[in-house]
Amino acid sequence: MILPNAIVESIARFAREAYPYECCGALLGADALIMEALPIANSSDEPKERRFRIRPEDFQRAERRAEQQQLELLGFYHSHPNHAAHPSAYDLEHAWPNLIYVILSIDSQRTGDLTAWLLRDDRSRFEPVEVRRGEPDANHNFDSHAAASLHK
Amino acid sequence: MPTTILIPTPLRPYTNKSASVEVEGRTVGEALENLVRTHDRLRGHLYGDDGKLRSFVNIYVNESDIRYLQKEETLLKPKDTIAIVPSVAGGSATLTHEEIRRYSRHLIMPEVGLEGQRKLKAARVLCIGAGGLGSPATLYLAAAGVGTIGLVDFDVVDFSNLQRQILHSTGDVGRSKLESAAERLAGINPGVHIETHETALNSSNALEILQNYDVIVDGTDNFPTRYLVNDACVLLRKPNVYGSIFRFEGQASVFAVPDAPCYRCLYAEPPPPGLVPSCAEGGVLGVLPGIIGTIQATEAIKLILGAGETLVGRLLLLDALRMHFRELKLRRDPNCPICGEHPTIHELIDYEQFCGVPAHEGAVATAADILVNELKEKLDRGDDLLIVDVREPLEYQINRIPGSILIPLGDLPGRVRELDGNREIVVHCKTGGRSARAVEFLKGAGFRRVHNLKGGIVQWVTQIDTSQPTY
Repeated sequence: MILPNAIVESIARFAREAYPYECCGALLGADALIMEALPIANSSDEPKERRFRIRPEDFQRAERRAEQQQLELLGFYHSHPNHAAHPSAYDLEHAWPNLIYVILSIDSQRTGDLTAWLLRDDRSRFEPVEVRRGEPDANHNFDSHAAASLHK
Repeated sequence: MPTTILIPTPLRPYTNKSASVEVEGRTVGEALENLVRTHDRLRGHLYGDDGKLRSFVNIYVNESDIRYLQKEETLLKPKDTIAIVPSVAGGSATLTHEEIRRYSRHLIMPEVGLEGQRKLKAARVLCIGAGGLGSPATLYLAAAGVGTIGLVDFDVVDFSNLQRQILHSTGDVGRSKLESAAERLAGINPGVHIETHETALNSSNALEILQNYDVIVDGTDNFPTRYLVNDACVLLRKPNVYGSIFRFEGQASVFAVPDAPCYRCLYAEPPPPGLVPSCAEGGVLGVLPGIIGTIQATEAIKLILGAGETLVGRLLLLDALRMHFRELKLRRDPNCPICGEHPTIHELIDYEQFCGVPAHEGAVATAADILVNELKEKLDRGDDLLIVDVREPLEYQINRIPGSILIPLGDLPGRVRELDGNREIVVHCKTGGRSARAVEFLKGAGFRRVHNLKGGIVQWVTQIDTSQPTY
């Protein structure tokens, strides 16, 4: 998975703004390239310091946006305030297959590790996904306008 | 008549990338059963082991959630469309089963509980010094489950540390204190994240290091660093859990909490250099840092939990020889130069200078200094020399320079007449601090040919007479 620096910075900003609550959102892109981090309200009824929930209508909205932009819904991100960027048992229990789960660790001072995970087909655990940071190369047909539109 | 089921993105790999599947069924339940029967890999993701739809799987008939209809019994009409819509949920770990077992004695206490234990896990505590106070403090903080412990030190483990610095073992002598400490703490609690800062804390790095922590534990053994830690904590608004020890006496408090006194409110100025002996000069009972360091750990944990009354505004004094605890009330000084109404200190200063300690003590020889090899040459030549040892009698019993006379620094003014002002005098102590003050005093008293032995008896034993022990 390729995660341009601009997208990492957006996720970090959302995580800081939401702190001490968890932030969450969708990741849109094409193939393995993430082109947009779409913030979504955390609708969890449980303490938001350690829970997030994306309502079905928000999921559909993210899917529709992906279609409109001719992108794919590749996954979701969320922050782990004051916890390691490692999927929890709760994450595993609630995970969907074929979606990349990006987790960003954050504390009151700074953002920490960013990791990415994919649920195994048998739901037994997450497999780590290699994250390649930085600017995408020409081969990946990166549309800089799409990325720029995120930062308005 | 078949019903259309809309498939969400994450499940399309199981339907040949189709966004919809046609299935037969009288009810929603039947339609879904027919779906997973023909697309077997969907089953585990839609249904739990109990055979029920998973909580994060939402089923809509047309635009209505079946939870508000007749659930899976909802009857289907011709042209109805079923949509499977995910809700996405997750979150960070609370406590693992292993952690619950490990911290069970905490979890059943009303002041800690699950909530408090989670606070400890999320907390970041920095301990300045991995020595006498830092040892018990960090051992207990790690055992208690403080999630991140930072340590600042630059020293290596010395034999003379082992009498009290219980982070380190005999086999660690010569090893970096931080390396030894990190290993020991990880052994006690592998779940704790240890961050090591192998550096001498100074005005240019202190703010950067301290700012990443919630609570600072001051385990320093000298005045410049103590003032530095205090000032940095005030500027960063971080609580400073203070402790100090000497012989049988100890002190503890919590400084720099907003609106509460800081260390400068208590001691506006450092004592003149050399007046208050350090533990290296005056000694310390090995157990004493164990008592004071664990008090510091207790206060750090209370600050994290927000439980009880901390030592904010109080100075706890321990006299272990009488085993007597006393307490002094502290007030914030409105004229305090750093936390008062009109502070004059807005950034970190030169603390060596502030405390009157020459930078890198003894690194540059002054005119009055004499090196151990020079002294040896003079003695070998048979020069007429008077060697005055200004240490205490107990120190004199451990090692001495042959031919020296013992006049403890405190007795010097009363016994100065014993010294012949016409002879060349070399004054020494353990490492050169007290003797520098003695030289100053003697010069003031009219002695002309007075030298301070650079590095003291420690240097003498290390370089000239290795048959004697050092301490």
